[in-house]
Amino acid sequence: MFKTMLALASAVVGVSTLAAPLLADGEQFLPALVYRTGPYAPNGIPFADGVADYWTLVNERDGGINGVKIVHEECETQYATDKGVECYERLKGKGPTGAGYVSPLSTGITFALTEKVPGDKIPLLTTGYGRSDSRDGSVFAWNFIAMGSYWTAADIAIQHIAKELGGFDKLKDKKVTLVYHDSPYGKEPIPALELLAKHYGFIYKGVPVTHPGLEQKSQWLSIRQDRPDYVLLWGWGVMNSTSIIEAAAVGYPRDKMIGVWWSGAEPDVTPAGENAAGYKALMLQHPAGKFAVHADLEKYVVSKGKSVAHDNFAQVLYNRGLINSMIGVEAIRTAQGKYGNKPLTGEQIRWGFEHLNLTAERIKELGFEGMIKPLKFTCQDHQGADQARLHQWDGKAWKIISDYYTAEENLLAPMVKETAAKYAKDKGITPRDCSNQS
Amino acid sequence: MVAFGQFMEVLIGGLLAGVLYSLVALGFVLIFKASGVFNFAQGAMVLLAGLALVRALDFLVSHAMPMWSAVTLGLLFAAAVMAITAWLIERFALGPLVNQDALTLFMATIGVTFVLEGASQMLFGSDVYPLRLYPTDAWFLFEGTFPGGILVNQLDVLGGLIAGVLVAGLAAFFQWTKTGRALRAVADDHAAAQSVGIPIAWIWFVVWLVAGLVALVAATVWGTKLGVQFSITFLALKALPVLIIGGFTSVPGAIIGGLLIGAGEKLAEAYLGPYIGGGIEYWFAYVLALVVLLGRPQGLFGERIIERI
Repeated sequence: MFKTMLALASAVVGVSTLAAPLLADGEQFLPALVYRTGPYAPNGIPFADGVADYWTLVNERDGGINGVKIVHEECETQYATDKGVECYERLKGKGPTGAGYVSPLSTGITFALTEKVPGDKIPLLTTGYGRSDSRDGSVFAWNFIAMGSYWTAADIAIQHIAKELGGFDKLKDKKVTLVYHDSPYGKEPIPALELLAKHYGFIYKGVPVTHPGLEQKSQWLSIRQDRPDYVLLWGWGVMNSTSIIEAAAVGYPRDKMIGVWWSGAEPDVTPAGENAAGYKALMLQHPAGKFAVHADLEKYVVSKGKSVAHDNFAQVLYNRGLINSMIGVEAIRTAQGKYGNKPLTGEQIRWGFEHLNLTAERIKELGFEGMIKPLKFTCQDHQGADQARLHQWDGKAWKIISDYYTAEENLLAPMVKETAAKYAKDKGITPRDCSNQS
Repeated sequence: MVAFGQFMEVLIGGLLAGVLYSLVALGFVLIFKASGVFNFAQGAMVLLAGLALVRALDFLVSHAMPMWSAVTLGLLFAAAVMAITAWLIERFALGPLVNQDALTLFMATIGVTFVLEGASQMLFGSDVYPLRLYPTDAWFLFEGTFPGGILVNQLDVLGGLIAGVLVAGLAAFFQWTKTGRALRAVADDHAAAQSVGIPIAWIWFVVWLVAGLVALVAATVWGTKLGVQFSITFLALKALPVLIIGGFTSVPGAIIGGLLIGAGEKLAEAYLGPYIGGGIEYWFAYVLALVVLLGRPQGLFGERIIERI
């Protein structure tokens, strides 16, 4: 509570860092770019709580990562790119070895930091968001878009629609409308959807919604008139719940709406009340609810009064925050295998990310069995996995409604390669030869 | 006939949406009319009023209080919070700045905005809090004439009625009450009003209280529409072009401005947007406002100020 109050009070004066920790030489410093205030706070808070609670768990249960304690410091970005960059600049040099990695939970901030992290030699972990072409590790050596990109999300959403319709051939001439946040985040799936529309023969239409998305009447009246077969929702914050409310107002069936995994959490549906029942969304593999890791959290963190979570414990975005931190911690642990059990630099941790191999056994040991599938980064593949499921809001809780889908890489991989190559050319980057990387 | 039905649907939806903007714009007009201050904090006041109401409601309902009494007590609590806020603003932010120029007072309200945004989230939380005070279903009119009918949202219509009642009440207050006339005198000249015995501290408290209560009414409508959350502070930006068009000093102007902005931006989004990429309604409202500024700088219903040089 005190931390939240500090965050809110300091947000009054703009960018701020909170509860600056005392740093010792033997500790690993990790920055946390969060948004606990502002228009996107309802979604930012549970994620930030999950991130912080997992780091606390590692310290309390294990005594740190192989004995190296984690020290973190939060900086409030309010989801604004300028503030995010300012936070990054403020925190990147802290601790005995600087920031271990950075995870901004914003595609806009990710786009900006993608230009900076190669120079600062700090890995950029973007679990389920960011540049889709950053999967290509030969060009984006410092980005790790773990578990899924917006292009894989678009493909899996279309796969699910095809399944509901009875086959890919049934997609032909169907209307699929994308209602998207008019920002780098919302625009990211458009190239993939255009490609998929061409491939499968469905009619794609994009409907932008201006930040923050309070007023969408004209967009939904046009949808009422256009009567698309499916609506894909690529929103964030208030835009998601407003879309569902407006869909209900114009009588668009909620079970024909599929949100991306950033449009499928509790804050997105609860404001719409019973109108949200039937709404579907992609899962970044994991659901809401408690798993083995939550028992450890309750034992070592919550019961000791060290959790920052409140009502959001085990909610969708809280769990995603846990996974984000777990991937980062395991990358550091992997790097320690090469560089020793001590605080590591960002460059050393980047090696850890690139050699991270989370097998099913390891995931079970960590208490995440049932939440995610195996994940393996390589020099070439900085995404590590390309699977997702869907869940549906029944009015009270999310229910899983599908098995895992795997993105159709035969379609997407050439686009990743092509756009990454263009980025490399524009920026004067010589792609790494991953065949000789160890 | 189908195209005409669609046009009417967008037009009616836009007009009603515009009236909801007017609910927020009214708070601006009140304070400007009564004190000459452009109150940048009106959006934050809507947030504070909404959070106070919804959190009190949640607390009372969770303690098994019947809904009607919980709503009554919740509204009283939120009104009390707005009264305390009005007193604090007058006592510590604006009171010490009496007789300062308008820009200084405007800057003070920017400070008040950030304090209110931070304090309201600190006291009442940063989540999304659903509010269910009014019906949100839609009517489908003229289904026999137009295929699918013309969609009209019940909440929007109710918001229009509430705005109408507010405008009538406020117009009567300014025209026929002693306090209302004193408010207008203070707006003209702080020092002159003080010199004839008008208690400026009391007058400013009253006007900020009334603006706070208008914010509470706006919060009940917008909170039902979107849930009470930080984003409703952005309504201030939707109200600004409404004010420019209607005039900063006209209560009926806030309604007319709202109607023009609402209809204009929705029609532009629906019929112009597809040709230029969409997502235009946010800035198109300001285009309309700029057009009015070029022809009538004081707005359609604002007072024309002539100063001797």
